[in-house]
Amino acid sequence: MYEGAIQDLIDELGRLPGVGPKSAQRIAFHLLSADPVDVNRLATTMRRVKEVVRFCTTCFNVAEEEQCRVCRDTRRSDEVLCVVEEPKDVVAIERTGEFRGRYHVLGGAINPLEGIGPDQLRIRELMARLSAGTVKELILATDPNTEGEATATYLALLVKPMGLTVTRLASGLPVGGDLEYADEITLGRAFVGRRAV
Amino acid sequence: MHVRRLELVDFRSYRAVEVDFEPGASVLVGPNGIGKTNLVEALGYIATLASHRVATDAPLVRSGAGSAVIRCTVMHDGRELLVELELVPGKANRARLGHSPVRRAREVVGALRMVLFAPEDIELVRGDPAARRRYLDDLLVARRPRFAAVCADYDRVLKQRNALLRTAQLARRSGGGADLSTLDVWDGQLAGHGAELLAGRLELAAGLAPHVAAGYDAVAGEAAGAASLRYRSSLPAAGADRDALATALAAALAQARTAEVERGVTTVGPHRDDLALTLGELPAKGYASHGECWSFAVALRLAAYRLLRADGVEPVLVLDDVFAELDTGRRDRLARSLEDATQTLVTCAVEADVPVALHGARFEVRDGEVKRV
Ligand SMILES: Nc1ncnc2c1ncn2[C@@H]1O[C@H](COP(=O)(O)OP(=O)(O)O)[C@@H](O)[C@H]1O
Ligand SMILES: [Mg+2]
Ligand SMILES: [Zn+2]
Repeated sequence: MYEGAIQDLIDELGRLPGVGPKSAQRIAFHLLSADPVDVNRLATTMRRVKEVVRFCTTCFNVAEEEQCRVCRDTRRSDEVLCVVEEPKDVVAIERTGEFRGRYHVLGGAINPLEGIGPDQLRIRELMARLSAGTVKELILATDPNTEGEATATYLALLVKPMGLTVTRLASGLPVGGDLEYADEITLGRAFVGRRAV
Repeated sequence: MHVRRLELVDFRSYRAVEVDFEPGASVLVGPNGIGKTNLVEALGYIATLASHRVATDAPLVRSGAGSAVIRCTVMHDGRELLVELELVPGKANRARLGHSPVRRAREVVGALRMVLFAPEDIELVRGDPAARRRYLDDLLVARRPRFAAVCADYDRVLKQRNALLRTAQLARRSGGGADLSTLDVWDGQLAGHGAELLAGRLELAAGLAPHVAAGYDAVAGEAAGAASLRYRSSLPAAGADRDALATALAAALAQARTAEVERGVTTVGPHRDDLALTLGELPAKGYASHGECWSFAVALRLAAYRLLRADGVEPVLVLDDVFAELDTGRRDRLARSLEDATQTLVTCAVEADVPVALHGARFEVRDGEVKRV
């Protein structure tokens, strides 16, 4: 235990995701010895992010205005809507350059262990968007894990009466790699999940 | 496949030890607490990246030392392969295969295949169903690694579904309505992963059954009652087809729903299943004698060994302290049934307990040393 301010900083840093006690200590002492200008810039940026960043009122992506950049872009299609869990997933899909539709950020996935059900996610807002009738295809891009699958299945059942095309991202072997570099679990799954060509 | 050499540095009680083995039987004799099981455990760690005795690495490192090294030379199809693991408690293991570092320690799994009988295995016969399910699932994963993911997915879905049921149960008790709108989704997932796991286990149990009967006969003699193994599912019989099992599991979940919401827990599925082990007409658990249970546990491991061997790669068979609890007849018969194995390593605390029928090399385990005699 250190005295006063430095220990407070270590404790605060240690509360951040992915930062253990050792790293918190290292970062704290780094900040202590860093140029005050740099530290101030960091502090200001952190305050600013809470002041100016908000959630897009349409898709719930992070935004600095009423709507996020994707929703403001008039060149994008309103007919394809991609559902993701978090804003970081929007960034990931944007980097592919393959998608020119709109997004809807749920704010997580169904996870009873953490007390997250449909009501804790932005599903009502999604249904409201879909009821306008403009969207023709709904892409379910939730994570390929248990919770993401459950969320996708739940949404697929929910929108079924609307008669949209509903799609799910393909998963499996990383393309471009060598078969021999896939571990036996991934390769085994891909093998069992093989499809006709 | 056989182990040619085992070297340990700061592993358990050993400061530094080297043992050279040959194909055939090797018998390691030494008093209690001298380090026989420690050797067996080191080999098991090379084979599975886990100890059969402890869940963490710290006890595996000699007290006072910072890290342990296990080095094992395996001969397979005339080729020599060196597998090396460095255990640093609290950190990821460092692994090398044939002198080159590998990216993930998991890549060494499979370099040594081994089937181990340990005294704790008597729990397979006398203990809870969980021990028997683990026996099946470990073997399933050893033969088909994809099942590691199937088991993990099933466990995760089960936890989520139980959490949802518990919330519903609490809501109901406090008089409110429960939100069960997502239960159908979890039922679907549980049925899907559960059916996959069930199909794998059923096929495995069917493959094991004849080997278990033969393995028990080989140890107990033809005159003893027949040992049988049968998969006992919480589902009504639905064959072994994945889709049919998924339908059956979904139907069972639908039927159990009211009761499950009341109890707040999932009551059907492969996590509730068991292996029925019987000797003659009677269940082994609760009826069989200590020696019979012991023999049954040995038969279960021998069956795993035979099945893996039939798959094409013959594992090394390791029997830790197997003789002490068997009568002379069973000791002799077990020794003779090992004759066709490529390599068997057997430990024993008392020289006199080693059956005469067991030929092969003798090793004496003494303070921190293993000497061929
Ligand atoms: N990490 C460790 N450091 C030093 N000694 C250990 C360690 N772990 C176990 N031992 C010692 O090893 C002995 C047990 O060895 P073991 O192989 O189980 O005996 P046995 O020959 O009866 O099978 C005990 O005496 C124990 O104190
Ligand atoms: Mg022992
Ligand atoms: Zn937006």
